Amino acid sequence: MGKTLFEKVWNRHVVSEVDGGQEIVYIDRHFIHEVTSPQAFDGIRNRGIGLFRKDRIVATADHNVPTKDQHLPIKDFLSKHQVDTLTRNCEEFGIDLYGLGHPFQGIVHVIGPELGITKPGMTIVCGDSHTSTHGAFGTIAFGIGTSQVEQVMATQCLLLQRPKTMRITIDGTLQKGVFSKDLILYIISKLGTAGGTRYFVEYAGSAIRSLSMEARMTICNMSIEMGARGGMIAPDETTFDYIKGRKHAPKGEQWEKAVEYWSSLFSDEDAVFDAEFNFDAGEIEPMITYGTNPGMGIGITQKVPTSSQVASPESLKKSLEYMGLNEGETLIGKSIDHVFIGSCTNSRIEDLRIVAEFVKGKKKAENVTAMIVPGSKQVEEQARKEGLHQILEEAGFELREPGCSACLGMNDDKIPKGEYCVSTSNRNFEGRQGPGARTMLVSPLTAAVIAVEGKISDARNFVGVEVPA
Amino acid sequence: MEKFGILESTVVPIKVKDIDTDQIIPARFLKATSREGFGENLFRDWRFDEQGNPKPDFVLNSARYSGSILVADENFGCGSSREHAAWALVDYGFRAVVSSYFADIFKGNALNNGLLPVQVSPEFLKEIFKHTEENPQQYLLINLPDQTISISETEFSEQFEINSYKKMCMLNGYDDIDFLLSKKADIEAFEKQHIEF
Ligand code: SF4
Repeated sequence: MGKTLFEKVWNRHVVSEVDGGQEIVYIDRHFIHEVTSPQAFDGIRNRGIGLFRKDRIVATADHNVPTKDQHLPIKDFLSKHQVDTLTRNCEEFGIDLYGLGHPFQGIVHVIGPELGITKPGMTIVCGDSHTSTHGAFGTIAFGIGTSQVEQVMATQCLLLQRPKTMRITIDGTLQKGVFSKDLILYIISKLGTAGGTRYFVEYAGSAIRSLSMEARMTICNMSIEMGARGGMIAPDETTFDYIKGRKHAPKGEQWEKAVEYWSSLFSDEDAVFDAEFNFDAGEIEPMITYGTNPGMGIGITQKVPTSSQVASPESLKKSLEYMGLNEGETLIGKSIDHVFIGSCTNSRIEDLRIVAEFVKGKKKAENVTAMIVPGSKQVEEQARKEGLHQILEEAGFELREPGCSACLGMNDDKIPKGEYCVSTSNRNFEGRQGPGARTMLVSPLTAAVIAVEGKISDARNFVGVEVPA
Repeated sequence: MEKFGILESTVVPIKVKDIDTDQIIPARFLKATSREGFGENLFRDWRFDEQGNPKPDFVLNSARYSGSILVADENFGCGSSREHAAWALVDYGFRAVVSSYFADIFKGNALNNGLLPVQVSPEFLKEIFKHTEENPQQYLLINLPDQTISISETEFSEQFEINSYKKMCMLNGYDDIDFLLSKKADIEAFEKQHIEF
């Protein structure tokens, strides 16, 4: 029997099997950041052991950093303490740190691929659930808790139960104005927030193959939102082209060897998955969420469901109450207060280009504040080089410095209570963007259109597609 | 890590599905660099209003319910991987969480902190909610060695699953690091033949 992509990569990393069916799995790269690492470093110190393989660890400061005046000391005492603690720990243990002020600083899941650290066939972990992003390269990548961060620091290994495998095949072509973000929001709305629990997902099909690497990262990024341990996509020419020439990419003869190996990373035709789903890309509209988990999404022209249409009327009621929305309501035309473009889901250069292309020569609506937070210093640099910052500023968008920002509101970038924020991030949980904040998840183009219109609008109508109202 | 054997306690029921870790401990409380003190902010925004006053309708503020077992509806612990969620529950005083479904990362984090996640059938979960609503003094009995959970002094009892290695760890208060450290020679041998591109 053939093997799945997941099995090929996993099997190469199994050190041994232990009682109860758990396996000791070797981890090639370990990303750390300021929020989930301090307790792990303490653990290592308390045990009186050192780091097992410090060269396999890469650190950045992202969750807690301000997105304004990054050259000044951080004002919030606790945030400053956490970021300083990371710096001290990295110095003490000899870890590469792309901290504040470094030209490569940024959101951990943006800088890994950007620097060519993320490569096909690797195992990658980080104390952050959106580590699944790196799966876009045919990498087994997943989020872990702080105890596991400590395990990897101590032994470069994790003790794991092998997850089940799922393949989601998406064939067909996305409509104009519809993006990979819409695609993944659509899939999550179909499978639910627990539909992928215990599984590692492979995304396949012609719609996936035709996507750029950045668009693929958006898909894998949100795998965790349906409960999956991670998502992955078989590497191909698009992947190799993306990696080639990056800082940590293999060079010369090494490159040839790497591509040869990477080219073997696909699911064999006779490989068997524990679960399979199929979707048609052509059926997908621009998506938007109406509720308080990422599974509560609808096509933008659809109506908010009624209690008789959902499995859990209680959850629907609770979340609509929080969101200030009604059952059966149409969202189009609804006034919005904030637009946030950023997070590890959609803050890469392509996302900024999509936004800039649309807002060029236009102005954001009066009632909206619009903030764009690039995923990394390199993205910010590139945007400046291309003159995007000017276009965005002229349109009334505020271009900030890199970090997680309003994705989780650990810094000052919070959405005020009761206000609506259309966001390109990945979570619309209660209070995620600040206590009482009401988040609606969308694609970057939809966010840009809404910023200009001031109200919820169908992006397709603005890119030359006639959508009957 | 504290050892876990047999636990008998009244319960705190939260009849909400898909409780994500942002609710268990909101991000703005993740700025600490130690593991202690997170219990204060457990379920912060459900538990307190903006002024920090307890919201009377939330179960942790109700005089009716107390105990070291939290019972929650399906898909508990989804969302962020923050282990702070498990630390907050343990710090508050919970020793076990019962639900009909757990998110993966949360489950692992709980087990690594001596907090036992007990997955029961949806029917059994309903019974627990029913019994505890009728009688908040109702005890639950969780027997890890036998892998059973029962509603005390009723006929309701169920087996639950736990990985045998994890069970051994919980019973003895061991953690994975001790175990992995004992395998260092194997790991070094693995590295010798492991090619990475
Ligand atoms: S941008 Fe948001 S989701 Fe991504 S790593 Fe930062 S906090 Fe997590």
